[in-house]
Amino acid sequence: MLAADVLVAQNIGFGVIAVIMVVGALRVVTTSNIVHAALWLVTVLAGAAAQYVLLAAEFVAVTQVLVYIGAVMVLFLFGTMLTRARIGAEKDVNNKNWFMGVPIAVLLLATMLLALNDGFGDEKLPADPDTLVNTQMISDQIFGPYLLPFWALSFVLLAAVIGAIVLARRD
Amino acid sequence: MLVNQFLMLGAVLFCIGVYGVIARRNAVLVLMSIELILNSVNINLLAFALRNGSADGHTFALYVIAVAAAEVGVGLAMVLLVYRNRKSIALDDLAEMKG
Repeated sequence: MLAADVLVAQNIGFGVIAVIMVVGALRVVTTSNIVHAALWLVTVLAGAAAQYVLLAAEFVAVTQVLVYIGAVMVLFLFGTMLTRARIGAEKDVNNKNWFMGVPIAVLLLATMLLALNDGFGDEKLPADPDTLVNTQMISDQIFGPYLLPFWALSFVLLAAVIGAIVLARRD
Repeated sequence: MLVNQFLMLGAVLFCIGVYGVIARRNAVLVLMSIELILNSVNINLLAFALRNGSADGHTFALYVIAVAAAEVGVGLAMVLLVYRNRKSIALDDLAEMKG
């Protein structure tokens, strides 16, 4: 690939956001302070929203910001506060044999990168604005052919709400 | 932009999440690692949606986000219940079912 192909604004944006996301994800799984892990997770989720915008998925990006950074993060911080007496670094956040995760993750990553390189190589994403997906097409999908999964998902959310209340209430 | 750069970013995030699930002992941190895995799946879905010019990937990315929200709600309720009964959320303490 030529340098002129690499140095376009989209690719530079992708690279910067990707580095931020990977560093944030590594901090999520290595830091010993749970509140810091939650805040690094916000970085990763915001970076993911930015990547969705790069992938021309603006509706999913907005949903990501609303649901993940808004609701899920508040849930995580509540869970952290309700299950720990103090805010600060903890000693035992890792398993005794945590190092077994390193070779497993590296092997998995090597396999996936080899397979992706083999399968997609230098294939480019289409840049034609006429083929992009807009929000109307998404709603036509959700309320058309994917209506049954949508109903199932509504029941999953209802069951989750009731289940969370039943589990967490004090009798 | 290449297809591969997004797929590889998804793969890296997925593997970091798998490492977190294996290495972490605290239940809240394991739930956070699962969120990383679900996000990498979403990046892949949207990359393939752009590649194929179809809205299916967007639809399923939205469904994944909704299922992840439900999963975090129930998961944290369970963590809260475990904490209330044992004053600890270390996952390797929950070993009653070991023979």
